[in-house]
Amino acid sequence: MGLQESLASGKFVVTSEIGPPKGTNIKEMLHDAELLRGRVDGINVTDLQSSVMRLGSLAVCHLLKEKGLEPIFQVTCRDRNRLALQADLLSASVLGIKNVLALTGDYASLGDHPQAKPVFDLDSVSLIGVIKKLEAGTDMVGNALSGAPKFFVGAVVNPGGNPVEAQIIKMEKKLRAGATFFQTQAIYDIGAFEKFMNRVAPFKVPVLAGIILLKSAGMARFMNKNVAGVSVPEPLIQKMAKAEDRVKTSIEIAADLIKELKGLCQGVHIMPIGWESKVPAVLEAAKL
Amino acid sequence: MILSQQKPLEEIVRSLEGEKNIFILGCGGCAESSGTGGKPQVLEMKGGMEKVGKKVTGYSVVDFLCQKALVQSRLRGKAKEVKEADSLLVMTCGVGVQAVAAVSDKITHPACNTIPLGGMRGEWKGSERCKECGDCVLDLTGGICPLTACSKYLLNGACGGTTKEGKCEVDQEMECGWRLIYERLEKLGQLEKLRQIYEPKDHSKMMPPKGLRLTERWALEQGK
Repeated sequence: MGLQESLASGKFVVTSEIGPPKGTNIKEMLHDAELLRGRVDGINVTDLQSSVMRLGSLAVCHLLKEKGLEPIFQVTCRDRNRLALQADLLSASVLGIKNVLALTGDYASLGDHPQAKPVFDLDSVSLIGVIKKLEAGTDMVGNALSGAPKFFVGAVVNPGGNPVEAQIIKMEKKLRAGATFFQTQAIYDIGAFEKFMNRVAPFKVPVLAGIILLKSAGMARFMNKNVAGVSVPEPLIQKMAKAEDRVKTSIEIAADLIKELKGLCQGVHIMPIGWESKVPAVLEAAKL
Repeated sequence: MILSQQKPLEEIVRSLEGEKNIFILGCGGCAESSGTGGKPQVLEMKGGMEKVGKKVTGYSVVDFLCQKALVQSRLRGKAKEVKEADSLLVMTCGVGVQAVAAVSDKITHPACNTIPLGGMRGEWKGSERCKECGDCVLDLTGGICPLTACSKYLLNGACGGTTKEGKCEVDQEMECGWRLIYERLEKLGQLEKLRQIYEPKDHSKMMPPKGLRLTERWALEQGK
């Protein structure tokens, strides 16, 4: 079952992600992907995450597809202009890649090539519009295509955005442009997320709540200070600080969050950030 | 020297929808040299506005609209006419429009597109404020330019990178431009403008018209 069918079936959907390596050694990454086989409904492949140069998302999506896994091709606007983005989308289509997650992308100066020229020729909203035009059989300026791609298009939203109302307005624009599912920034504050979900309920679009596995109290504090829109409540930080077995506690926290999220949204998107091997245990603890 | 071109009148009229009383501001600096914001153009605009049924409550040509203090004192001198107006129509470059928006709580409409020549950034020091994009969007963003106020020059709203303090995650010293735009539009009661989906920029408009690329001084020459 593909991601689109999973979401349509009404089940609680789980997606996770793998980050391509810096270099050509793909053994570990493919091993991580295998751990997710049969456990998740889709696997995001990040596009030079954190603006760090590495193996590309398109090639990795192709490898996953060949192995019978369900890749979600993350496409950002940071590194490619409108010509290259359209070309890569057509390339993805002929490689059988169906799911696309359209993002603006992190700024270039946050990564390992701060000297790079940031592109941002399109943004997440206009990129979604371009995808819909390709699907309708033309490029973005209206020239006919010989053969049109078909995608399942997703987008992201930050429920902790400041102000959140501006994020909701933008989410509605993405929806109007053609996004059909959403993944969110990491959620730790269930109460705030519930309020957000109530606000976006009229959109009637599936939302997969983001889960980032906490590795330590220090990591939680770092995110609170540096990652926009992420706020880990103090009790969770204390729990991590006092944990005898940090992995075990981290898995418990993630599983508890997932259980609470079950009644609020249509699924979860687990971002393990190096702890890929812990994902199956999280799903078991969450009874998924 | 900053070059500007007047927007098509129908685009200006469209931007003034629902607003009956207009105060017009011209600029005696670069816009006068560009032939877009001097007194003759301001008077022509006044006539154009009246023809489409608007009431022009007043007008003023300020020496340099990019000089905020100057703009502020001029608007104070015309307080009655300005107060009567639903909005301000500003006939100059993107720096001038933003300077007016920065000192006034009135809705501010650009009447011009700014086209590139490089050169100085007006009298408003501190940072780059106008990208000379050739297709001014200040009308929809509360008089704050997203191309210069947002690190990623986004056109469709903030990315997820606004910090708790409302700064840009790229540079914590910098305000999130889209937060400023949001707050400004909220204050003006124009949040619905955020819902418009912008098409990607036409980057060919960021080049000066071919015939005008011959000399940097073309505008001065045009002015004879």
